[in-house]
Amino acid sequence: MVDTNHDMDTAGIHTAPMLLNMGPSHPAMHGTVRMVLTLDGETVIKCDAEIGYLHRGFEKECEHSTWTQVFPYTDRLNYVSPLLNNFGFALAVEKLLEIEATPRCNYIRTIMGEVARLSDHLTCMGAGSLELGGFSGFLYAIEARELVWDLIEEVTGARLTVSYGRIGGLKNDLTADFAERWKVVRERVLRIWEDINRLLTKNRIFLDRMEGTGVISQADAISYGLTGPMLRSTGVDYDIRKDKPYFAYGELDFDVPVGTRGDNYDRYLVRLEEIRQSIRIIDQALLKLPDGPVNCDDPRVVLPEKERVYNSIEGMINHFKLVFEGIQVPAGEIYSYTEGGNGELGYYIVSNGTGKPWKVSIRSPSFYNMCPISKFVEGGMVADIIPTFDTINMIGGEIDR
Amino acid sequence: MTLLIEFAIALLKVLVIVFGFVMALGSLMTLTERKYSAFMQKRWGPIRAEVLGFRFGGLLHLVADGVKMILKEDFIPSGANRNIHTIAPAMGLFTAMVIFAIIPFADAWCTGLALPVEGMDLCFGFDDAEALQSAQPAAVATFAPTHPYFQIADLNAGLLYMFAITGIGVYGTALGGWASNSKYSLLGGLRASAQMISYEVSMGLSLAGLLMVYGTLDVNEMVREQGALLWGTVPMWGILVQPFAFFLFLTASIAESKRAPFDMPEAESELVAGYFTEYSAMKFGIFSLSEFVMVVFIGAICATLFFGGWQVPWLYADGFHFSGDSMLAAASGGAWTAGELQSYVQASTPDIALPYGLVVFLRIGCFLTKIILMIALQLQIRWTLPRFRYDQIMFLGWKILLPASLINLFITALAILLLR
Amino acid sequence: MGAAVLVEYIPLMVLFALALAVVLAIVFVTPLVGPKKYSEEKMDAFECGSDPIGQARSRFSVKFYLIAITFIVFDVEAVFVIPWAVIFQDLGWYGFGVMSFFLAILTLGLVYEWKSGGLEWD
Repeated sequence: MVDTNHDMDTAGIHTAPMLLNMGPSHPAMHGTVRMVLTLDGETVIKCDAEIGYLHRGFEKECEHSTWTQVFPYTDRLNYVSPLLNNFGFALAVEKLLEIEATPRCNYIRTIMGEVARLSDHLTCMGAGSLELGGFSGFLYAIEARELVWDLIEEVTGARLTVSYGRIGGLKNDLTADFAERWKVVRERVLRIWEDINRLLTKNRIFLDRMEGTGVISQADAISYGLTGPMLRSTGVDYDIRKDKPYFAYGELDFDVPVGTRGDNYDRYLVRLEEIRQSIRIIDQALLKLPDGPVNCDDPRVVLPEKERVYNSIEGMINHFKLVFEGIQVPAGEIYSYTEGGNGELGYYIVSNGTGKPWKVSIRSPSFYNMCPISKFVEGGMVADIIPTFDTINMIGGEIDR
Repeated sequence: MTLLIEFAIALLKVLVIVFGFVMALGSLMTLTERKYSAFMQKRWGPIRAEVLGFRFGGLLHLVADGVKMILKEDFIPSGANRNIHTIAPAMGLFTAMVIFAIIPFADAWCTGLALPVEGMDLCFGFDDAEALQSAQPAAVATFAPTHPYFQIADLNAGLLYMFAITGIGVYGTALGGWASNSKYSLLGGLRASAQMISYEVSMGLSLAGLLMVYGTLDVNEMVREQGALLWGTVPMWGILVQPFAFFLFLTASIAESKRAPFDMPEAESELVAGYFTEYSAMKFGIFSLSEFVMVVFIGAICATLFFGGWQVPWLYADGFHFSGDSMLAAASGGAWTAGELQSYVQASTPDIALPYGLVVFLRIGCFLTKIILMIALQLQIRWTLPRFRYDQIMFLGWKILLPASLINLFITALAILLLR
Repeated sequence: MGAAVLVEYIPLMVLFALALAVVLAIVFVTPLVGPKKYSEEKMDAFECGSDPIGQARSRFSVKFYLIAITFIVFDVEAVFVIPWAVIFQDLGWYGFGVMSFFLAILTLGLVYEWKSGGLEWD
């Protein structure tokens, strides 16, 4: 624990600590978090983080929408990788409905989920470079992210608010030329990955800033409930994709990179390697991608074909009921979790048997990752907050729901 | 009367060099920096501003920026110290402007006949080659006066002047940070003052080695000496005799200019905008303008001290000499006779003969090219490296650069004594 | 002689006068051009949109006096070193020996300060 009353009378000169508001309107704080810092010189002796600047009452809003209408809200959770949020929610509702997605759907979810993870990690690394003053590294990463987003746009029709997931399936199949487009994107992303790697990984200044800052021990990381790259950087190889496989992850071969020291640099390295692993997963999944329908054939959850809606009364009523009353999810509750961009993304949903959720509660990884922020920065320097805050990769939309 | 002419010449020099060249290049830097970073980052950079459909490759943004800066509201926060808040940016720009006084853009203009002697041009007291031919061979050659038309002030303590002015430079930043009465500004100002005074020490000591080699503080004299040919072939530029000092000096001077990777005082991701957080309109513009002018100055002083200044390799007053043999030898009795000069002019003509006016023109052009290359180097560094942390900057300044420049000094002294 | 020396400084005077005129014109005249709209909020010091807590001008610990003293010590050293360096070639081994002694003492000072933690900033 840091002694906040420590002796400020160094060499007999009386000095007072300075209270500094960092955020919300601060370049590094994403406009969504405020830190009240107590400074002794450049040293942070106390840090109070205050979240809630992006609170939209999203969990409450869900209770007034049908199960399907929740998808646009999940887009706005971690808005850098909305596809992962979509699929996580779909999986949770499917578990409650006790239905299985088709194999092709599972593979597409895996592929698109990893594409979204690429976008998430590239953004995090790019922003890290930017916030340390390396603007070029940021734009390189953003170029790669643009490529990834173009791919997402091609498939889903949107770049950011994709709403691509559906209960029991997906909005649409992959585009016919997805594999070819991916081949092009893959090469360019890998080349940019190599550029960033050479620009930053062994850069002396970058190392000085990242190594040994924002350190957390393995025991602390576990007790704070950290997940994702944050936890893996401390040496725990916990990855839900590996340990509790869902979608098609069980059938694919990939490694879980782990760090050793749990500092900013390790978190950076873990993300760097995960980008390559994601590319590996997509490559394999595209090879194994089975044929067949994308949506399951359960009329309780999947909208009927348009032809049936227009030409038969049963189809029209089916469509009407699904859209207006929503998918009727049997009463019950479930906690379903997937590996989001920043860690365990859990949905705890309660249904009372109607077409609307009774309660949707989200275990967002950013929220848990942000918890030890004062532990990270206290005793360090003001400048250390910046890389630490970046590798936590706090996403405002996810932390305030 | 002569005093009046001196004033007129001085005014002309100041207007052409500082306002015509330095300030123009400084303002151009605002665009250059954006264009250069765009080039590095696969972007276009500013291209949109247009007048009557003409865009001039983004050049109009320069004008647009200036007009915008002037038309913005200039406000002073209520808690600020109004006078200091206003004066601080002016101090920054003032120092950045006056520091250019010592930069020679070409050798002092020779009113007589300029001939190279062992790599240094000397100005002999003959009107031209014809006047030399008609002179009595036995007459002792005299020297004609030279006029420093291409340097604002040819000070014999030139480098000391530079140190003095950079020393003042810290006030604009530190006072601006303090006067704003904002915590971010204060932190930025404090960082700036600590950083700038720390690197001033290494900056001064890293140049001591050069002073030993050249034995003068006069900047133009230092450039003249860089024309000497080492082993009869290679021009003795500063980078050759003091390679280590160049890197020390470049590091220290980039730190002095507060630009990345040493931009701690304004670290935008930590201190929002650092010491100029509370500045707006043209005062804000002045801070960035003086930063850009300092970039130009660092380019100019590095080119001057380490890359031969206005020297074009192997170009001397009467043309190109690719080896030292074709130049006039040192005088045997301390002075040359007209006869010796005559035989030189008749016999050993330079490898490529050029008129004196053209030589001066080439030299100015070469110097400007060197400045631009040095600016490009700084921009390359600026847009490649991430930022240091405050204590790492101090570590680098006191524990690496300072001992390194002391060692450099020691080794240089030893080498000079052993080699002479 | 005296006048001749002063003539060298005429351009410097002109430069100083012109530079001063230009910078003062910029800081005092350009504010007159822009609009002036007073608002209480705008006049506040920037602190990320929050109300500032406490004064910016309290006694703030920067360990600055230590940097300042170290700076003075080494800048005075530079003052001695630079003239010595200029005439170094004339002084020869004698000058080298004397300056080595002087620098050795200062280096010892640097080492002492380093060891006693005077160069640590955190």
